[in-house]
Amino acid sequence: MRFLLVEDSVDLARSVQTRLALDGHGVDWADTLASAADHLATATYDLILLDIMLPDGDGRDFLAAHRAARRDTPVIVMTARSAVSDRVALLDTGADDYVTKPFDFAELEARVRAVLRRRAGAAQTLQTYGDLTFDPLSATVNVAGDPRELRNRELRLFEVLLSGPDRIFSKGQLVDRLFSASEEVSDNAIEVYVARLRKKLDGSTARIETVRGVGYRLTTA
Amino acid sequence: MKTLFNPAGSIRRRLLWLLLIGAAVLSGLLYLSVSTVARSAVETTQDSILGAATIAIAEQLRGADDGVEVDIPYTAFSMLGAVGEDRVFYRILVNGETVTGYDDLPLPDTTPAGLTPRYYSHPYQDMMVRIAAVERPVLVSSRSVAVQVLVAQTRTAQDAIVGQMANRAAALGLGFFGVAAVLAVVTARSVVQPVNSLAEAMGRRGPQDLRPVTRPVPQELTPLVAALNGFISRLSGALTRTETFIAEAAHHIRTPLATLRAQAELALRQTDDDATRATLRGVIRSVDDSARSASQLLEHAAVVYRSDQRADDRIDLAALARDIGQSFGPTADLRDLTLAVHTPDSPVWLTADRLLVETALRNLVDNAIKYSNPDGQVSIDVDQSATHASVRVSDRGRGLDGARRSHLTARFQRGGNVGDVVGTGLGLTIVQEVARAQNGSFTLSDRTGGGTCAELSLPL
Repeated sequence: MRFLLVEDSVDLARSVQTRLALDGHGVDWADTLASAADHLATATYDLILLDIMLPDGDGRDFLAAHRAARRDTPVIVMTARSAVSDRVALLDTGADDYVTKPFDFAELEARVRAVLRRRAGAAQTLQTYGDLTFDPLSATVNVAGDPRELRNRELRLFEVLLSGPDRIFSKGQLVDRLFSASEEVSDNAIEVYVARLRKKLDGSTARIETVRGVGYRLTTA
Repeated sequence: MKTLFNPAGSIRRRLLWLLLIGAAVLSGLLYLSVSTVARSAVETTQDSILGAATIAIAEQLRGADDGVEVDIPYTAFSMLGAVGEDRVFYRILVNGETVTGYDDLPLPDTTPAGLTPRYYSHPYQDMMVRIAAVERPVLVSSRSVAVQVLVAQTRTAQDAIVGQMANRAAALGLGFFGVAAVLAVVTARSVVQPVNSLAEAMGRRGPQDLRPVTRPVPQELTPLVAALNGFISRLSGALTRTETFIAEAAHHIRTPLATLRAQAELALRQTDDDATRATLRGVIRSVDDSARSASQLLEHAAVVYRSDQRADDRIDLAALARDIGQSFGPTADLRDLTLAVHTPDSPVWLTADRLLVETALRNLVDNAIKYSNPDGQVSIDVDQSATHASVRVSDRGRGLDGARRSHLTARFQRGGNVGDVVGTGLGLTIVQEVARAQNGSFTLSDRTGGGTCAELSLPL
C-alpha cells in the first residue's frame, strides 16, 4: 500500500517510514502542509497519515480543505492531543480515525486496515499462493475456493508468512508482528497460533513448516 | 445602628433607613415649629384682648377729692367672656394699696410703664393665669397718684385652642412623614434597581459564559462593571492559555515519546538478540507507561475542571456506546478480543456533559480490554429505566480479587492483581469523578464465572 506521511519530526518520520517499509508498504514523506499538497497533486495514495501541529499550519485545516475539495483519500490523524474533546473535533473535521502519539505500530496497522475496509473505494488486490487466495482488505482466506474464517492474530500470522513464501521467519519476528510491543508474550504463544492456523488451512496444498531451532515458513514443497 | 452601617447589609435597607430617619426629623421639626407659631399667635391674640380690657378699666379711672373712682365697664369683661369658660380676676391698687378686687393677685416684677400693658403668667388659686398690668397716674386732690390695674384670666380656652392647633400640626407632621416614607421606599427601590438587575443578569449567566458585560449601567456602576469585564477577560484568557498550555505540553511530551517508541520498535524488528529484544520491550513499556500517565493526569485535570462547569448536552447513550465500540474495535481485535455492544433499538436520551460521559466510558472500555485474556469477550450494554440510563462494561478478565471499589477509585491506587499491565491508577478515579459530577453512580462487581462488571448509571 502507498502512504503519504505528513509529519515534521524528522526522527519520527524516518522510523515510521522504515518500519512501514519493512512491512512492504511504500511511504512518501512530507514535512510541511505545502509539501503534502504537492505530493497529493502528483501521486495517488491509499491513505494519508497526518500530524496536527506542523510548521506551516494546523493539520486540521488541511484536513478540512482536503474534505472540502471532495478528495476521498482516507486520513488517519496522528495526534499528540489525548483529550476526548480533541478526538471528537477530529472526527467531525473528517478524519477517518486517529492514533494518539506515541502509537503502537500494530495498532496503527489494525486501524489502517479497518479504515480501508470501511472504504469500499480502495483497490482490491488478491494474493494467491498454491490453492490459497487471500483478500487482505476483507480479511478472507479461501482454500481451493472454500472460505475459512481467521481470527485477527491467525490472520496476521498468515499475512506475514504469505509475504515471503518459503522464507523462514524466526519466532522473534513473528512475535513482533502479532503482538503489541508492550505486551508480555509467553514463549509458546507463537506455537499456539501456528497450531490454530495449521488447523484452519487444513486441506490446502500449502502448509506451515517448522524449521527446528530457527522458525517457521509457508511452503508448498 | 449596627445594621445601618453593616458593610454587608442591604444598600436598599440602608438608604431606606436614612431617608426615613431624615423624614422623621423633618416631620418633628415641622410639628414643633407649627405648634410653636400657633401657640404664640394665640397668646398674642389673647394678650391683646386681655390688655385691651385692662386699658379699658384703667381709662375709666377718675380722680375724686377723696380718692379714685373706679367704674368697671361691662364691655371690658364681655370682651374677655367671648372666649369660653375662663375665669377673670382683677385688682386695682392705688399707691401700692389694693382698693378693690382680689388683693392676692400677684404683682408684676417691675412696675408697668403707663398704659402699655405688661404681660406675665403666674400660678394663682391652683391655676395658671395670664395677667396684664398697666399703671396710670390719676389726680387726687390735685396730686398725682399712681393707680395700677391688674386683670387676670385663666387660660382654659387658650390651651384648648393651642391643643387643637398642636393636634393639627401633629396630623400635618404625620401626613408629611407618610408621604416622605412612600417616596423613600420608591427612591430606595429605584436607586438600587440597576444594581439588582445587573446582579440578576450576572446570576442568569451559564457557567461557560465569559462574554463581557455590555448592558448600560449607571455612571456609579461603570467602574465596577469595567473591573468585572477586566476580570472576565483575564479569566477567559487564563483558561485559554491553560488549554493551549495543556495541548502544547501534551505535544511536546508525546512527540519525542512517539519517536522513541517508533525507533525502539524498529530496533526490535531489526535484532534477533534475545537480551536486546527484552531490553527494547522494557523501553517500549516504559514509554507507554509515561504516555498513559501524562494523558490520564491531563484527563483527570480536565474532568475535575469540567465538573465545575459542565455543559448540559442531550446525549444518545446508545449511539455513544456504539461509537466507542467502533473506535475500540481495532484495539480489541489486536488482542483477539470480541467487543460486543448491546443497546436498545431506540435512542437513550439523557442530559449530561458529553465529554465527561465519553471520557468515563472510554476509561471503562480501555480497562476491560487491558485486563482481558486473549480470545476473551468484552461487552458494553446500555439499559434504560424510568429515571436512569446505565451502561455496563463487562469482561472475562482477572476480576477484582477482593479489592474494594473505594480503594480502586482512589487516586493512583490499583488492584493487587494488575500484574504486568501498564496503568496509572487514575482511570477509575476519573469514572468516579464523572459519576459524582453528573449525580450518577458507579459500581464495580465480580462476575460469576470470572471477570469484572463496571456499571455507570446516570439520571436521564
